[in-house]
Amino acid sequence: MTISIDSQKTNNESLQPKGWLRYFSFSLDHKVIGIQYLVCGFLFYLIGGTLASAIRIELASPMSDFMPRDVYNQVLTLHGTIMIFLWIVPVVNGAFGNYLIPFYVGARDMAFPRLNAVAFWLIPPSGLMLVASYFVEGAAQAGWTAYPPLSITTPQSGQIIWILSVLLLGGSSIFGGINFIATIIKLRRPGLKLMQLPMYCWAMLGTSILVVLSTPVLAGTLILLSFDIIAKTGFFNPVLGGNVVVYQHLFWFYSHPAVYIMVLPAFGLVSEILPVHARKPLFGYTTMVFSIMGIVVLGLVVWAHHMFTSGTPPWMRLFFTIATAFIAVPTGIKFFNWVATLWGGRISINSAMLFSCGFIINFVFGGITGVALAQVPFDIHVHDTYFVVAHFHYIVYGGTVFIIFSSIYHWFPKVTGKMLNEKLGILHFIITFIGFNLCFAPQHWLGLNGMPRRVAEYDPQFQFVNQISSLGALLMAISTIPFLINVFLSVRNGKDSGDNPWNALTPEWLTSSPPPVENWEGEAPLVEEPYGYGNQFYEQK
Amino acid sequence: MTTLDSSKEIQKNNSEVNEKHEDFRIFGLITFLIADGMTFAGFFAAYLTYKAVNPLPDGAIYELELPIPTLNTILLLVSSATFHKAGKALLKDNNSDSQKWLIFTAFLGIIFLICQLFEYFHLPFGLTDNLFASTFYALTGFHGLHVTLGTLMILIIAWQSRVNGGRVTSQNMFPLEAVELYWHFVDGIWVILFIILYLL
Repeated sequence: MTISIDSQKTNNESLQPKGWLRYFSFSLDHKVIGIQYLVCGFLFYLIGGTLASAIRIELASPMSDFMPRDVYNQVLTLHGTIMIFLWIVPVVNGAFGNYLIPFYVGARDMAFPRLNAVAFWLIPPSGLMLVASYFVEGAAQAGWTAYPPLSITTPQSGQIIWILSVLLLGGSSIFGGINFIATIIKLRRPGLKLMQLPMYCWAMLGTSILVVLSTPVLAGTLILLSFDIIAKTGFFNPVLGGNVVVYQHLFWFYSHPAVYIMVLPAFGLVSEILPVHARKPLFGYTTMVFSIMGIVVLGLVVWAHHMFTSGTPPWMRLFFTIATAFIAVPTGIKFFNWVATLWGGRISINSAMLFSCGFIINFVFGGITGVALAQVPFDIHVHDTYFVVAHFHYIVYGGTVFIIFSSIYHWFPKVTGKMLNEKLGILHFIITFIGFNLCFAPQHWLGLNGMPRRVAEYDPQFQFVNQISSLGALLMAISTIPFLINVFLSVRNGKDSGDNPWNALTPEWLTSSPPPVENWEGEAPLVEEPYGYGNQFYEQK
Repeated sequence: MTTLDSSKEIQKNNSEVNEKHEDFRIFGLITFLIADGMTFAGFFAAYLTYKAVNPLPDGAIYELELPIPTLNTILLLVSSATFHKAGKALLKDNNSDSQKWLIFTAFLGIIFLICQLFEYFHLPFGLTDNLFASTFYALTGFHGLHVTLGTLMILIIAWQSRVNGGRVTSQNMFPLEAVELYWHFVDGIWVILFIILYLL
């Protein structure tokens, strides 16, 4: 049975609001929804960043003098939850996925446009609910992991709102994942083979498989946790015969794949950006595809390396150490492929390229500490210290957030038809890169020397290094200013970019910038070789 | 231009892709059901782990009787068959037969729910009595929620497959196919649940 595209979308396309108003409407256009995701995520990033600054101000001195201890716990809980569920996951999946995937598969929209709009519009209310939970009596203060018995014994009204909000965000994530899988598998333009897709499609396919398989388990776990809180059952309450380790297993069954949900799309995006600005084909396309799928499979069976100190039996430690070490193989393949893509290329030093190179450097650092953390003896030594904090910020900030900025510099001309200012962009990169490394590199030392995380007070011997870290955080906060100025100035008075300012070959650049409502005037082009740079045959103008 | 679609074949497909595409709503539904199944998988994993490592405390009561759940298993299996009959009838444009089979299926669903409630009221333990009692109610309750939603959807498509003015016809089979798939899924989950909770 075939159905016409028109029956899937609104029949009154012409009645949809135009101009900036459409970004505040229930639009079904994947491009509008992508921008909605991005801007909404960025607003939450500003909130989460403010909370991070508050944490670093508090940690500039050994005593808890900036805020009381329980407020500190609430702030770090909210910071973690906002950054993961409202900034990184929606932006790196929802925003770029919605904007780019239909172009890459040669479609006019996502497979299920209405489901797409629902998935986005679940985010602002649940985000506001989450932020509002801070202001109720007894805000959530059990960290973003919400480990029981802490989450059961601390004041609970905020925790329940927190659970509801994360459940809604998980639902949004699942709807998005279903949509991406259907779009990539089923909506490809005739003649376009899977192995001809740009790498970001593969990354999103892998990510969406992880989302669909693991997010529901988190939902189930949080439902059980809310039973414990509301109905006083004892699933995770040892006093009532429950088992806290079961919570940890179920939680990390989602939350370790969540790391790949946050970083795999970034792998895809950097694979799009590097070839364009180095004017070379992506090195090792096939190995890239297989390493993404390898990460997806392995990513589902390594969760207990978060639980080496939770009384896990030796055989389990052995298995999860080996499985985790194996993940370094596909990840390393990808890293060397990116370096080989740059090798001998005609590299343009612009903001997008700089942020991508910053990503490669930071990510390798975070990856190496990740392999170190998978080793049981080392993990037991640094468990719950600042070493872990440094490690995952190197992955999610130094990795994914750098790529989010890189992608904004790369695709801004596509979305607006205007160029961003390169000088401000490079300034933004320099401050971010220095600030980020100044903030998080010293935390490795702090962790190795035993400074525990999630505590407002610390031993005075750590004060100097903590102040360096806080200085870095200040630079990171400042780095947002040139970026925001750049975006606002460029949207109004930026230089016209033309349709394809980077001379890129991927399909989204083969239409006008900004693109028309249905993506293509006429038929979608068949792009058999999206990375044919340096090849006369593909680059002929 | 960088496009390389020189062959006529692709050009022809090209003009078609813009107007029509394959119906992949069932594909999307299957993906959703996999996700839904993973929620149950999480609950089952929790239950089996509890069974393996958490002993039942002294004096705690956790006993299940087999007759009602066995009856329920039969009810659901029969309802899957009757739903299939409804689809067959609709395919032959026999809307009134289809509607009868659908209403019968919904009736079986309601009987299932009544039996489930009857069991709840006659069990010797409550939700918060002990770990296994809590897990039992959470699992069967979550499944019961699925049956309730399924029954409501069956009643809706039964109304919509009426002879005059119904929207579910042999030309528009999707609503019936989707609910049927969902119903078979809920049915399959019950069989797994029955084996794990009652028989193991």
